[in-house]
Amino acid sequence: MKLHYLPLAAALLATTTLGVNAETLRWARAGDSLTLDPHAQNEGPTSSLAHQIMEPLIMRDMTGAVVPALATDWGPSASDPNVWVFNLRKGVTFHDGATFDSEDVKFSLDRAMTPDSDYKELLASVVEVRAPSSHVIEIVTDGPNPTMANNLTNMFIMDKSWAEANNATKVQDYEGGENTFAATHANGTGPYVLSSREPDVKTVLTINKNYWGIDEFPMQVTEVIYTPIQNKATRVAALLSGEVDFIQDVPVQDLARVGDTDGLEVRTAPQNRVIFFGMNQGDADLKNDNVDGANPLADLRVRQAMSLAINRDAIKQVVMRGQSQPAGMISPPFVNGWNAEMDSSSMTDVGKAKSLMAEAGYGDGFSITLNCPNDRYINDEAICQASVGMLAQIGIKVNLDAKPKAQHFPLINTLETDFYMLGWGVPTYDSEYIFNFLVHSKGEKYGSWNGTRFGQADIDVKIEALASETDLPKRNAMINEIWQVVQDEQVYIPIHHQVLNWGMASNVKTIVAPDDAAKFKYFELN
Amino acid sequence: MNTTLLRRPFAPRLRAFWSSDLVWSFRHSPVALTSFIFVCLLTICAIFAPLIAPHDPFNPATLNLMNGFTPPGTPNAFTGESFVLGTDDQGRDLFSTILFGMRISLFVGFSAVMLGMVIGITAGLVAGYKGGWTETIIMRIADVQLTFPAILVAMLIFGIAKGFTPVEYRDQMAIWVLILAIGLSDWVQFARVVRGATLVEKNKEYVQAARLVGRSGLAIMVRHILPNVLSPVLVIATISLALAIIAEATLSFLGVGAPPTQPSLGTLIRIGQGFLFSGEWWILFFPACTLLALALSVNLLGDWLRDALNPRLR
Amino acid sequence: MLSYIIRRIFQSLLVLLVVGLVAFSMFRFVGDPIENMMGQERTQADIVRLREQLGLDQPFPVQYWKFLKGAAQGNFGISYRQGRPVGQILAERAPATLELAAVSGFFAIVAGIGLGIFTAIRQNGWVSHLIMTASLIGVSLPTFLIGILLIYLFSVELDLLPSFGRGDVVKIGFWSTGFLTASGLKALILPSITLGLYQMTLIMRLVRAEMQEVLRQDYIKFARARGLSERVVNFRHALKNTLVPVITVIGLQLGSIIAFAIITETVFQWPGVGLLFINAIQFVDIPVMAAYLMLISVMFVAINLFVDLLYVVIDPRLRSEAAA
Repeated sequence: MKLHYLPLAAALLATTTLGVNAETLRWARAGDSLTLDPHAQNEGPTSSLAHQIMEPLIMRDMTGAVVPALATDWGPSASDPNVWVFNLRKGVTFHDGATFDSEDVKFSLDRAMTPDSDYKELLASVVEVRAPSSHVIEIVTDGPNPTMANNLTNMFIMDKSWAEANNATKVQDYEGGENTFAATHANGTGPYVLSSREPDVKTVLTINKNYWGIDEFPMQVTEVIYTPIQNKATRVAALLSGEVDFIQDVPVQDLARVGDTDGLEVRTAPQNRVIFFGMNQGDADLKNDNVDGANPLADLRVRQAMSLAINRDAIKQVVMRGQSQPAGMISPPFVNGWNAEMDSSSMTDVGKAKSLMAEAGYGDGFSITLNCPNDRYINDEAICQASVGMLAQIGIKVNLDAKPKAQHFPLINTLETDFYMLGWGVPTYDSEYIFNFLVHSKGEKYGSWNGTRFGQADIDVKIEALASETDLPKRNAMINEIWQVVQDEQVYIPIHHQVLNWGMASNVKTIVAPDDAAKFKYFELN
Repeated sequence: MNTTLLRRPFAPRLRAFWSSDLVWSFRHSPVALTSFIFVCLLTICAIFAPLIAPHDPFNPATLNLMNGFTPPGTPNAFTGESFVLGTDDQGRDLFSTILFGMRISLFVGFSAVMLGMVIGITAGLVAGYKGGWTETIIMRIADVQLTFPAILVAMLIFGIAKGFTPVEYRDQMAIWVLILAIGLSDWVQFARVVRGATLVEKNKEYVQAARLVGRSGLAIMVRHILPNVLSPVLVIATISLALAIIAEATLSFLGVGAPPTQPSLGTLIRIGQGFLFSGEWWILFFPACTLLALALSVNLLGDWLRDALNPRLR
Repeated sequence: MLSYIIRRIFQSLLVLLVVGLVAFSMFRFVGDPIENMMGQERTQADIVRLREQLGLDQPFPVQYWKFLKGAAQGNFGISYRQGRPVGQILAERAPATLELAAVSGFFAIVAGIGLGIFTAIRQNGWVSHLIMTASLIGVSLPTFLIGILLIYLFSVELDLLPSFGRGDVVKIGFWSTGFLTASGLKALILPSITLGLYQMTLIMRLVRAEMQEVLRQDYIKFARARGLSERVVNFRHALKNTLVPVITVIGLQLGSIIAFAIITETVFQWPGVGLLFINAIQFVDIPVMAAYLMLISVMFVAINLFVDLLYVVIDPRLRSEAAA
């Protein structure tokens, strides 16, 4: 293995002629971070960059496991089940030299709970943040909250005095016409210091020599040059020609080419995201079909027939080039409540599907519009297109309406679509998160992404009870019951779990993080 | 006038046409002949696509996803089926898809140019002939039009049209949106040329004479001025046709093209370019060659036409 | 004459106002910005609140009025996508587009005029025919495909030129330039060819046609008859008379180079205003889209105005009409 590796490294050194030393990592992905303000955008590329510069109390490492960051240990308070206690790391300084203490944490969490923050929903159960001493934080919730800590893994800590000095105590709002200092500057405790940034063009990070974990983590990358490259072909070309060392989002069709190129490697890992179709099963009649006075999707047999018509293996093999894992439930495998039996329950049986359609009275089929994003998930449009062909086999004529995400997602939100594609990632790694948004009937607080019109009062009660159920075995049993109903009712048609692909120069050593967030302090180079 | 024309014997007229300058120049230009034959051939293939094509790529029920990415001429590893030009990512026979796609591209191109031409000629004639405020308003609208990239126009029309079309017709709607969007961004150049020519023509003696005889403005514009500005219009129309076909491809790259279930040549190229690095060259190569052959022949034809119709070059 | 100019400027302002109105009526069809601005945990109440905060719940004429009021004071609002003032973002991005446009324009003019003259003089040579046909191939393929093919050939296969970005840039005041570094100059090559190819073909064909026409004129025949050398005839006499119409067209084309750099910038990840606009469309970043469209229309209106005024100066017939 070692022998095989040396010539590759030599070849790589020969091809990278741009005079970059071994510690610099040139990184490209499709999108740039939108803002450096840590609470303004809860979105992948934004928190990915923030993770290099700033730190939360606790974080997920490259395997997805929860590990200490600015808190060394934490747990529910012995005296009050509504309180979580965090002991903070001592001797930590911000990039500008200021000392980190509990005042900064209280300030940051309070800031993240203001109306303009994009993280406030994750802290919705928090009543108060207390700082009883310089290195202890207590978070008070409105009831016992067993999964509260999971919500903090992207909740970054800012320096209070820096924010006050630079008039950045408020999260960016769009009304005033002026930007906050924090949108373009950052002062964190993280492993890398922001040395220059031109949004959408180039961001340069250099190693933080005073980082508390400098001996604990590899920290072999000393400089990161981050350039977003939107166009897929251009991004792959940049990696193939040695202009960048590391790209996220390699198009699945180019994996073989990248992998076969000397000095380049592709690494893949299952992603924390499941792709599925939702169907309007609640309305008496549909707007987007050709059946008058009835809703074919309200019939369980039709929904089951549609699921049976989808050949997930063919999609995996041809559309995804093997880079997907066919799904039977709408939960990624990492999530508490996922079970292997349900997830492998999807089958393809066109004959059975046809007879179910006939039983339901739709032997001649019907026509319906499928709304699909074309710039959100891996090969989203191609998956929808393949499904159109498969549904045509059982007589359902599907009109494919593929649109950019900014036009697609409002259709789900405003209940204008009857048949749509959606993908779901679970940042808390718990089924409750899925139920709250996708299974609970749509209302003010819950079910905001449930476009299926599915809703059962008893299920709603169970879902709401999950938040404060501290008896974990009992809670897991409840989760399983809810899943059983979701499966039996075929509320959704699961398609597959996405697989993440990172392409990199062979000297870059890392595993692929399931949340697609590369944390460079874990990267090794050789 | 038509009746007198018809009463004349047919054969001499044909002979007159055959020996006219235009046709003479055409007969003696190998480039013009070749490109004309190419355009005709491709157009015929497009029109009769349903008869020529071995598969119906627009009928999703006949597709087998497992046929996807079959290389040209070699049997698919799973299904054993074989395709002349291979298949695309959805398992569609590429040869059939190109024929059907060309049909859409040509239809969109022709219709968009016709639309742009009709609007442009009308606007140009009226602006040039009437002058004054009418002219000002029309030419300023042209300025506004120039500012808007076709992609925005396409999105606007798409948004509005969505509200009015029944579900079953939404697939076809995209085609009409493309025609409107390209046609609307195309009319300005016709209008400018026609207006310019009209300004020159309207001061000439024959127009003054017609006016003195008491002919109406409309009659003068259509009967007297229009025939005299047709040569530059014809040249622009030919070049515009090539441009419209390419514009459709570009819109597709920006995400507002023909639907992937009924791809045009442009959509096929947009899809195919994603497979340039991965070795499935045929998905890009064959549609791109077809587009190139089509646009190149139309352009060459337009080129020849420009030279042939330019009296100063003879 | 003066009243004509004043009238035209007044009309141009009106054109700008209409552009803005049409633009604002379009934005809601592009998508819903709220969807991009909030994470997936947002509630219905958040959506309503943010929509109110941005004034998106109001009818578009009201939104437009707010934009105009701000724009009149030089404030184009805050980008929904980046959370920074739009004016600042445009100022950062403009140099990239202007430099790209300048180099492509230069390439188009030099190559276009050169090849145009060559093909006009050697009318029937096979090289001329080859150039004429080859140049048409360039305009018979969509720009994005040409760009990707160039990247594939020169970056991936030959490893000669960069596939994306501007290389290293040097800041001179607020202006960032790629002209002063080797990597910056190398990075300009492929995008400029992609962007300038169409204009080059256009200019080349125009020069050829005009030159052919001029070469047939009597004074050229006289010049030849006087025994002047071919070179003097071609360049001193013929070319000079060819250039007047060519310059007019070049002026108009330069405007469209800047306006339609969108595709090239997307393919080459060129950090100019075109890429900014495409990102803005994807994100439904209304303030950026509005400001960009206004900028482009100011440019077009200014060029049109200039060309029209030039015609009036040149052509006395139009002058009397303008006075009437």
